[in-house]
Amino acid sequence: MTEQQARTLLDVRDLRVHFPTADGLVRSVDGLSFSLAPGRTLGIVGESGSGKSVTSQAILGLHRGTRAQVSGSISFDGVDLLGLPTRELRRLRGNEIAMIFQDPLSALHPYYTVGRQIAEAYRVHHSVGKRQALARAEEMLDLVGIPNAGRRLHEYPHQFSGGMRQRAMIAMALVNDPRLLIADEPTTALDVTVQAQILELMKKLQQEFGSAIIVITHDLGVVADIADDVLVMYAGHAVEQGAVADVFYRPQMPYTWGLLASMPRVENPRGQRLATIAGSPPSLIAPPAGCRFHPRCAYRGLVEGDACVTSAPQLATTEPGHLVRCHLEAAERARVLGNMKDGVR
Amino acid sequence: MFQYILKRLLSIVGMLVLISISVFALFFAVPADPARLTCGKNCTPAIIEANRHALGYDKPIVTQYLDFMKGLVSERDFPDDPVIAKNSPQSITHCPAPCLGYSVTQGQLVSKMIKDAFPITASIAVGAFVLWIVGGVGIGVLSALKRGTLLERGLVSASLVAYSLPTFFIGLLLLNIVSIKYGLAPAAGYTPFLDDPVAWAQGMILPWITLAMVFAALYVRLTRANMLETLSEDYIRTARAKGVPEWAVIARHAMRAALTPIVTIAGLDLGGVLAGAAITETVFNLNGIGKTGVYAIQQLDLPVIVAVVLLSAFVIVLFNFVVDLLYAFLDPRVTLR
Repeated sequence: MTEQQARTLLDVRDLRVHFPTADGLVRSVDGLSFSLAPGRTLGIVGESGSGKSVTSQAILGLHRGTRAQVSGSISFDGVDLLGLPTRELRRLRGNEIAMIFQDPLSALHPYYTVGRQIAEAYRVHHSVGKRQALARAEEMLDLVGIPNAGRRLHEYPHQFSGGMRQRAMIAMALVNDPRLLIADEPTTALDVTVQAQILELMKKLQQEFGSAIIVITHDLGVVADIADDVLVMYAGHAVEQGAVADVFYRPQMPYTWGLLASMPRVENPRGQRLATIAGSPPSLIAPPAGCRFHPRCAYRGLVEGDACVTSAPQLATTEPGHLVRCHLEAAERARVLGNMKDGVR
Repeated sequence: MFQYILKRLLSIVGMLVLISISVFALFFAVPADPARLTCGKNCTPAIIEANRHALGYDKPIVTQYLDFMKGLVSERDFPDDPVIAKNSPQSITHCPAPCLGYSVTQGQLVSKMIKDAFPITASIAVGAFVLWIVGGVGIGVLSALKRGTLLERGLVSASLVAYSLPTFFIGLLLLNIVSIKYGLAPAAGYTPFLDDPVAWAQGMILPWITLAMVFAALYVRLTRANMLETLSEDYIRTARAKGVPEWAVIARHAMRAALTPIVTIAGLDLGGVLAGAAITETVFNLNGIGKTGVYAIQQLDLPVIVAVVLLSAFVIVLFNFVVDLLYAFLDPRVTLR
């Protein structure tokens, strides 16, 4: 085993998730590759419908039993998850790979106590009694900073505040010390101060458990805060990926420029409108030919000829570990980036 | 909680009083004369008036109503006439409290009639209830899990057919085919459960199936819709993501949520059937509450009508109450106030 392989926990190669519908085949994820090492955090960003959540659910095999067509390979610690029988995949779910969902109120069962739901996650993978599992649940609630854990254990999700519910979700996800934690928009439903607390908590727990984390978000602030690497998705493709510092300080793709420019900043003058990316995400049934971003791209005039419309750009390395899918010449990108007022960040 | 129960019980009593007043008012608003029904072609106004007096319909309505209410707490005598009581005491029927009245057309105390009829209706209702819940919910869950298959389409269409058939038609069809043509089951009849449980079930099986078919169809569609909705909930995905086995995802997570609203409807339906399944009882000639009520209306037999309506109302209101209590217990988000 080479050193690179030894350090890879999750390796996704050419993942495709397609949904047949009455209107045609929806290509939600269309050839996505990335890998993740233990203890590292990957941020996946993109607009709604870019394929972020579909990717995360494909890792856990949650598309099984639906009409989704999943191809490519997802290898977790050397095991191919896509080929794994559901029985064996189930042993990994919630145990080695756990997930935190966006809206903890709808993701928790309304009729069972929080303690019971956490205990269930533990009992599914450990042969322990109810009492032991509940004790473990209490320990977890305490760990994620819920005061009076012993009492709150017996309360229902609707009796928790939004931040508490997300803490409970995290407790449930971490109850089996997973090696990979997938957080699907973990802070979207929360207000800003609670967001910061939850991210802080995730960072702290990662240090404690050494888990790898995938954070799915449309909030670049979250990525900047928590992730080591970032993957920018657009219409089912990765359009830019690399280390957070590289992508944030030297973004190379017009879509990433747009995302970064559309972030609100404290130093912007009051009353100034936020920058937007014109247009809306393309249809995933018949995505635009050539570069999928070209109909919304303000820079395609800088590419000679009509390459953006006719030929699909491939992911190419611009610096070690930094991949970009764009027809723009490197020199042209550097010039645009240099021209951007006060840089992109 | 205690306060809530007390409040509800008081409102039930109030509602029953209002219902009894309405029944009295409606009865006397009907353009038919119960006294006129007591004698045939050769009636003279004098005989009619005498009969009206014997029936007690000559008193003011308010007096009649107050007499009825008084009877609920104290005993009454029928007919309530000191002259008759003195001359022929053997023709007086004594009605101990709580007295629901005396049916002249049946020559019986109303409480006795209700006491005889209710076990029949209860037998029909409880058996049919078990059948339709097990069948309806079972088929509903199955068709939700087999969504998009031929089996699902067959089950849903069959339930639609059953739902659109009228009760009396299903009853007559079953009676004709199962009982008369092939002799697979005896024509319906009532044997008290304690006397002979087997005969009880045999006599009830056709009415059970008849009622159950009509109700089960509704439950199939309801359960299926609730299950499909629940299966697409986020917390079902959470359960799968936790590694919960699929059977437990369905039984523990999906059904727990999908079937809770069914409890409400099931409770109300059971109350409704316990209040008398008039058509089924009539088709199978069972003297339950429903058939007793229908007959009393045909005969303009006020005390029986009042008793049947009050009993039906009481059962329905009571089941409403029980369902509300049960729901607070089943759904932790509901608090009773």
